[in-house]
Amino acid sequence: MATTAMPHPETAAPAAPTGLWSWVTTTDHKRIGILYGVTAFFFFLVGGLEALVIRLQLGAPGNTLVSAEAYNQLFTMHGTTMVFLALMPLSAAFFNFIIPLQIGARDVAFPRLNAFSYWVFLLGGLFMNASFFVGPLFGADTLSVAPNGGWFGYANLTSSQYSPGPNIDFWVIGLQILGIASLAAGFNFITTIINLRAPGMSLMRMPVFTWMSFVTQFLIVTAFPVITIGVVFLMFDRFFGTTFYNVAAGGDVLLWQHLFWLFGHPEVYILILPAMGIVSEVLPTFSRKPLFGYAVVVYSGVLIGVVGWGVWAHHMFSVGLGPIADSVFSASTMLIAVPTGVKIFNWIGTLWGGRLEFRPPMLFAVGFVSLFIIGGISGVMHASPPADLQQTDTYFVVAHFHYVLFGGTVSGLFAGMYYWWPKVFGRTLRDGLGKLHFWLMFVGMNLTFFPMHFSGLLGMPRRIYTYGPELGVATYNLVSTIGALLTGVAMLVFLWNVLVSRRGAAAGPNPWNAATLEWATSSPPPVYNFSVIPTVKDGLPLWREGGMEPSPLPAVPPAPIHVPGGSIWPLCTAVGIVVIGVGGLMHQSLWPSLGTALAGAALTVVSIYQWAFEPFEV
Amino acid sequence: MSHAAVAHHTSTGLDSRKIAFWTFIGSECLLFGSLIATYLVYQGRSVSGPTTHEILNIPLTSISTFDLLMSSLAMVLALAAVQRGDRTWTRVWLATTALLGAVFLGFQAYEFQHFVHEGLGFTTSLFGSTFFTLTGFHGAHVFVGVLWLLTLLVRSFQGKLGPAKALNVEIAGLYWHFVDVVWIVIFTVVYLIQTTPLPAA
Repeated sequence: MATTAMPHPETAAPAAPTGLWSWVTTTDHKRIGILYGVTAFFFFLVGGLEALVIRLQLGAPGNTLVSAEAYNQLFTMHGTTMVFLALMPLSAAFFNFIIPLQIGARDVAFPRLNAFSYWVFLLGGLFMNASFFVGPLFGADTLSVAPNGGWFGYANLTSSQYSPGPNIDFWVIGLQILGIASLAAGFNFITTIINLRAPGMSLMRMPVFTWMSFVTQFLIVTAFPVITIGVVFLMFDRFFGTTFYNVAAGGDVLLWQHLFWLFGHPEVYILILPAMGIVSEVLPTFSRKPLFGYAVVVYSGVLIGVVGWGVWAHHMFSVGLGPIADSVFSASTMLIAVPTGVKIFNWIGTLWGGRLEFRPPMLFAVGFVSLFIIGGISGVMHASPPADLQQTDTYFVVAHFHYVLFGGTVSGLFAGMYYWWPKVFGRTLRDGLGKLHFWLMFVGMNLTFFPMHFSGLLGMPRRIYTYGPELGVATYNLVSTIGALLTGVAMLVFLWNVLVSRRGAAAGPNPWNAATLEWATSSPPPVYNFSVIPTVKDGLPLWREGGMEPSPLPAVPPAPIHVPGGSIWPLCTAVGIVVIGVGGLMHQSLWPSLGTALAGAALTVVSIYQWAFEPFEV
Repeated sequence: MSHAAVAHHTSTGLDSRKIAFWTFIGSECLLFGSLIATYLVYQGRSVSGPTTHEILNIPLTSISTFDLLMSSLAMVLALAAVQRGDRTWTRVWLATTALLGAVFLGFQAYEFQHFVHEGLGFTTSLFGSTFFTLTGFHGAHVFVGVLWLLTLLVRSFQGKLGPAKALNVEIAGLYWHFVDVVWIVIFTVVYLIQTTPLPAA
């Protein structure tokens, strides 16, 4: 656990510690990044399977593949999983691996807090998904007691009166656990980006991915407390019988909607901004020219973050907030399309006149831009309250946000995976399979979601497990289902690519001939990242003559480098927190519940003290 | 933390823990902001149970508020003492701060049980739910702060809280003052400005 002073190595890179224990106790941002990536991708596949079952159920009118109750659990867990367990942590994988490398740091500011975030995320995700298998433990007559109130969990559908089982309890406690992981990571990355930049790496020389991640972290640390309070109220209502969302006691169910969407809309930008950052790295690299209007792209991202806090009630037009509120939120929603549109023009300006190379990262990045435009435009359409009243709760909205989150975020994340894969693993993913993956996913995604615009406008409601043939949407749904299966095949191609690319040729430090600092060190980077911390003289250090000193970096560190040791206490603290959550699940029986929660609290407190006082130096 | 005094090069020259802690405080503002906003939205909307005018005891809570404000003064003196390497007064002021925090919690415990006795429970009404949740969250923060101060006190007695570790006390102080400031807002909003209409005679 103690500080390891790395002796002056004779060869280039001293070997990193190996073995399972070294991973369990790791505080290396690169390993934590890989753990985040693998875990999040697993949950991405789980959420994808849930989506496939949903699509199979809706493939034909009057289908009986799953029951209404199972369907409720599937769409709730699909949304919750994709938002909290797949897309956010996939972005976090890139935050972890890439940000310290892009700013020229040896690690994040708080390596153990970083490990803690990962373990809380992993255990929180397992906690939430355990609900699929533990029904009998709660006296339910079904195996699955998964959350079934929608990812938005509207009050008072989620009250103990209307949702008596443990389903919503899993959701309420799971969200609080996952929020801890996101908040801890948020504090960590804000501090890392503010404080650990290499000499000369001024804010306006930072790569755009780091910038967009920086904005994202501010959204996380401000938005998550709000949802935390919202679900704490719900938990108190369910566990103790308080009256926050109890209409009979004078409570207002709209309080939930406000608290949820105050978080929920910034959350949309939490999901999209990192992908925008990735695309802003990939497009210049494969156009062989700098990002068009770097400063404007950065300012637009910041503006999106700020205005993103003022649009939440456009999710609530149909509740009747009155003409003033509707007008204000309609205007602010249309306004936020401006910085977003500015970014799109900047990306197109980057491509314009460039020497375009359509390698897989570039394909996904261009796919991102085109699909995000479609999702963005339909978003502006329901910024208008009268239009929204027609579209809300229909598949039109489902089409909109999947163009943004699948066409946008998922494409962007895949662009990042293909782009940084050689940096992370030292091997490039195969181009041919990558292109096949892209085209299958691009076609499958459009087949799935484009027809939903029509089925939605024809009146197909969201969140209903079946529909009658008289609605006239059967063909559209069948096409959507075929598209979803095609998208599933695309994921298999990706997995196959990962498998076969393990035996590829070594990628070298900078296989794409990119401009930013992470490509200045070897692939994969040594445990200490940089043999010496470079001094940065330019925003494109590897493209400009004299962009960094020294260039190239020496292969062998000229002086011993301190690297943080490992620690088991972040994991123990995370386990303690989840045990408290398990105690909460048992709230129907007072003493076992209290005992479990107190045991978890004791473990948490002991672990925090061990953590605080163990010898450890960054 | 045995080498915490080693000055690391950072971009701002500030210690990373301090920046992270300010970020944490920013996040906490949103947490308490949500609680306070909910209290305000639900003010006067209870359909049963005692009202604020009937139950809130401003003189008593003024005393506990004064107590908490004085604890912030003690906190400042504790930091000054640890920075100049004065072990005795470091211990005196840390202990004083923790004690004043504990006294505040005592007032709160008395107030809570008194309200329950008067018929205002956690589940009685919107007022009960919002009041106990808001002040309970604050009380939990004070409780964590008292534990933190006592930990620092023990470290001082162990001889591990010299001037080189002053930042540890400074960060605890940031937390303590923040929790104190939140109470000023809560005291003002909940106790001093009661917009609830007076009960019809």
